Amino acid sequence: ETKTAQMTPETIWMLAVRDQRDKQAFSHLFDHFAPRLKGFVMRGGTSAGQAEEIVQDVMLTVWRKAALFDPERAQVSAWIYQITRNRQIDVARKENRPIPEELRDASECEEDASQIVGVEQEAAQLREALNNLTTDQRAVIEQAYLGELSHSEISKSTGLPLGTIKSRIRLGLNRLRQELKGLR
Amino acid sequence: MSAIKHHIPDGMLAAYAAGTLPHAFSVVVATHVSMCAECRSALHAHQSVGGVILDDTPGISVSGHLRGQTMALLDEPFRPAPTYERRGIYPAPVIAALGGKEPEWKRLGMGVRQKILSADDSGIVRLLHIPPGQAVPDHSHNGLELTLVLQGSFHDELGSFGVGDVEIGDEDIEHTPTADTEMPCICLAATDAPLRFRALMPRLLQPLFRI
Ligand SMILES: [Zn+2]
Ligand SMILES: [Zn+2]
Repeated sequence: ETKTAQMTPETIWMLAVRDQRDKQAFSHLFDHFAPRLKGFVMRGGTSAGQAEEIVQDVMLTVWRKAALFDPERAQVSAWIYQITRNRQIDVARKENRPIPEELRDASECEEDASQIVGVEQEAAQLREALNNLTTDQRAVIEQAYLGELSHSEISKSTGLPLGTIKSRIRLGLNRLRQELKGLR
Repeated sequence: MSAIKHHIPDGMLAAYAAGTLPHAFSVVVATHVSMCAECRSALHAHQSVGGVILDDTPGISVSGHLRGQTMALLDEPFRPAPTYERRGIYPAPVIAALGGKEPEWKRLGMGVRQKILSADDSGIVRLLHIPPGQAVPDHSHNGLELTLVLQGSFHDELGSFGVGDVEIGDEDIEHTPTADTEMPCICLAATDAPLRFRALMPRLLQPLFRI
């Protein structure tokens, strides 16, 4: 219980949506993420009207696919980030983009609260690391993750601390190895 | 099963998360991530960065009716998009690209067979079926080529590649991938530009087979 108390409000709301289909918790998530999502989508040049359509699609996906949310892998905003980028690509291409195999239904497994808190702490460290970048570095990172750089541009951007970022998120690795071994 | 030795480069994983990787390469990345714990974990890391950036984005208030409208839609029935499951050696993204059907192989000559999964301006992604001991004709590349092994193994000038390994070819390399002898090698291969074959015959056949 003490560990649950350390979780961010977003995680607690998201788990209530996933496990109890809690609409009030969903409305809190909406109030937190909808304006950020609109800002995020509009940074890429999307009109306000179309941005709101994407916001609605994304938030409905959060509700409908909540069973796939796995707080032991990445924080709520990471999950919503990927849903958003997928949605933006699908709208542009008018077809579903290829996505990795789901490993399992997250809600069907016993979860470890300390692992969840660990993932959140890593996200917090990541935020701190990003905030310590120079303005130029931060700008390049934002461009990359907003979908404004091609993969060759990302690879060529020296000073992009991708290695650092990658080495920060190691928590789930052992468990992923186990799960994938079962599949292969 | 031996451990995966050749992975997706980090910049490519970041581009995949951000959605800027061309479709053909995204099929290969999604398939490799379905097989590889290291790259799946790295992809989660990139998603986490994206999440932090999303969370730090200054909000723009949404119009008044959007919230109520969204809440009202929660109980609406909806038809989920079809999802696909891994089948045999083919991870789910390959089955999805096949539309859930078995691959219909087309002969390329010398016992090599292919099944094109998708082709557009940004690239081609295909399955290749190479008989044991057979070489894919010596070629170089106009752009980037990703080759992911799904069954068996092959070797070439760059090294040896087993199940789950990805070879990355670009303008600077010329190679002759050769399937190892124990079983047919099945690969998922994506290119963003036509390959250049050295021998005359394959070059003549190139437009026919869209290699
Ligand atoms: Zn890998
Ligand atoms: Zn090649």
